[in-house]
Amino acid sequence: MKQRYRVCVLGGGPAGLAAAVSAANEGAQVLIIEREAKLGGILKQCIHDGFGLIRFGQRLTGPEYAEREIKEMLGSKVDYITSSFVTNVKRISDGGFELEIQSANGMMKVQSDTLVIACGCREKTSRQVFIHGDRPAGIYSAGTAQYFVNIMGYMPTKRCVILGSGDIGMIMARRLTLEGAEVEGVYEIKDTPAGLARNVAQCLDDFDIPLHLSTTVTRVIGDKRVEAIEVAKVDKNFCPIENTKRIIPCDSLILSVGLLPENEIAQKLDIEIDFATKGAYVDQCFMTNVPGVFSCGNALHVNDLADYVSESGELAGKYAANFRPSQRDIVKIEYDSKDFLYVVPQYYDVTQGGELSLYFRSKTDCKDRKVYLDFDDDTVLDKKYKRLLPSEMEAVKVKPKKKVTSATLRMGDFK
Amino acid sequence: MTKEMTCIVCPNGCLMRIEQEGDKIEVFDAICKRGIEFAKNELTNPTRSITTTVATKFEDYPLLSVKTSGEIPKDKIFEAMKKINSTIVKKRVKVDDVVIKNLFGTDVVATSDMTLDVKTQRLID
Repeated sequence: MKQRYRVCVLGGGPAGLAAAVSAANEGAQVLIIEREAKLGGILKQCIHDGFGLIRFGQRLTGPEYAEREIKEMLGSKVDYITSSFVTNVKRISDGGFELEIQSANGMMKVQSDTLVIACGCREKTSRQVFIHGDRPAGIYSAGTAQYFVNIMGYMPTKRCVILGSGDIGMIMARRLTLEGAEVEGVYEIKDTPAGLARNVAQCLDDFDIPLHLSTTVTRVIGDKRVEAIEVAKVDKNFCPIENTKRIIPCDSLILSVGLLPENEIAQKLDIEIDFATKGAYVDQCFMTNVPGVFSCGNALHVNDLADYVSESGELAGKYAANFRPSQRDIVKIEYDSKDFLYVVPQYYDVTQGGELSLYFRSKTDCKDRKVYLDFDDDTVLDKKYKRLLPSEMEAVKVKPKKKVTSATLRMGDFK
Repeated sequence: MTKEMTCIVCPNGCLMRIEQEGDKIEVFDAICKRGIEFAKNELTNPTRSITTTVATKFEDYPLLSVKTSGEIPKDKIFEAMKKINSTIVKKRVKVDDVVIKNLFGTDVVATSDMTLDVKTQRLID
């Protein structure tokens, strides 16, 4: 192993693999550090299809998508280590970074000019959604249940309740049903499903799995193992309505209640985190407020599609390989938080210039809207959207014509 | 008769309105023609593809992810699962290699490469 790399990539999922390959293509010496025994990230266990429509023009399953990315990395000049975990990172006097790594070979240290954070995201747990009652075995996140079924071949449940109608929750409802379990129902605290309409159709309706909206889990019952779950309807303020409580006998509660970008390492470097995305603030080069540290994929913000995860990795890797310390001239991309949930990147560095790959989500479900991006008084984006949804990320590419001093993303009506 | 149907062909998930009178089916509000085709198929002969796993005899690779290469009749899904779950893969296969031949008119193929030998680390000097 080299003592010093040009680019160290933290995480060997789709973001990290794409970042490593694109950095190597720029001539950089690259190291990927992966926590798990195998590369590929969460895609390994996502055996359903629908990945890769944008990147490969094909409907692939998760393992197929991951293997394509792994093969491409193996064909590039990239170093990698698996079963290895970065325990500490610090800035060194020459402007680079020193990483402490716990690996199968013991502790080691490696230096790098730049870092790409591609650690992905984590599922929220029952502690993070404040469910009352006992703490028996049988409470799984949807991803854990998916790992049991698809990787280990164990059935974690015979009869379960699923809380949260995110796509992973609905996909697991179908998966468990196919493998012979009974999914009593999917419960969603909001009055609309959190995931895609097609997943409500093909994962729930196809198998007669009821979706209970405006309903949540209020209590877990069970001594050693889950014995029952209490659910209740909620009012407009998400408060349970007392006389609607119902006890459902089951052996498991599966949670699909949201994802959070993983940024433990970023915090050690004093990287500023955007409250809206829970990921780092970055500019169009995917560089954080700490020069030389880049962020991409689901560590930056939770994406809907692996294709966009790879795209952001590719850009972060390229910019990390070409990084030179320089004065930054940062323009904040302003937006109205009544219209937009978030915008990534949050900044445009005028010194670097070039194209801006912009990702955003609308704050509400709205129809017939137009989205504009103004660089000073120059409108570089003017795009119609038949429908915008908070659950569906939009991606655009824009380029300013001249040196800019302000940037604003805004929304308006058409028709 | 009028009914609503969500298209499952792509993530857009168009909510389509369907007018059916005898054999005549008219589809509205689909943004592409794949939706129209899906809706007509859904009313006459609904089909689905399956993605699942198959057990293998290999200790280092106990489960292989697979999919039906085409679609099977929707009402045969559980019968197909039964057949898939009684199969054991005895040789190492690659993506698109057939694992079960002709299951309700389509093949079950591998979606991961058992021969892909990724070492735990690679350090080029």
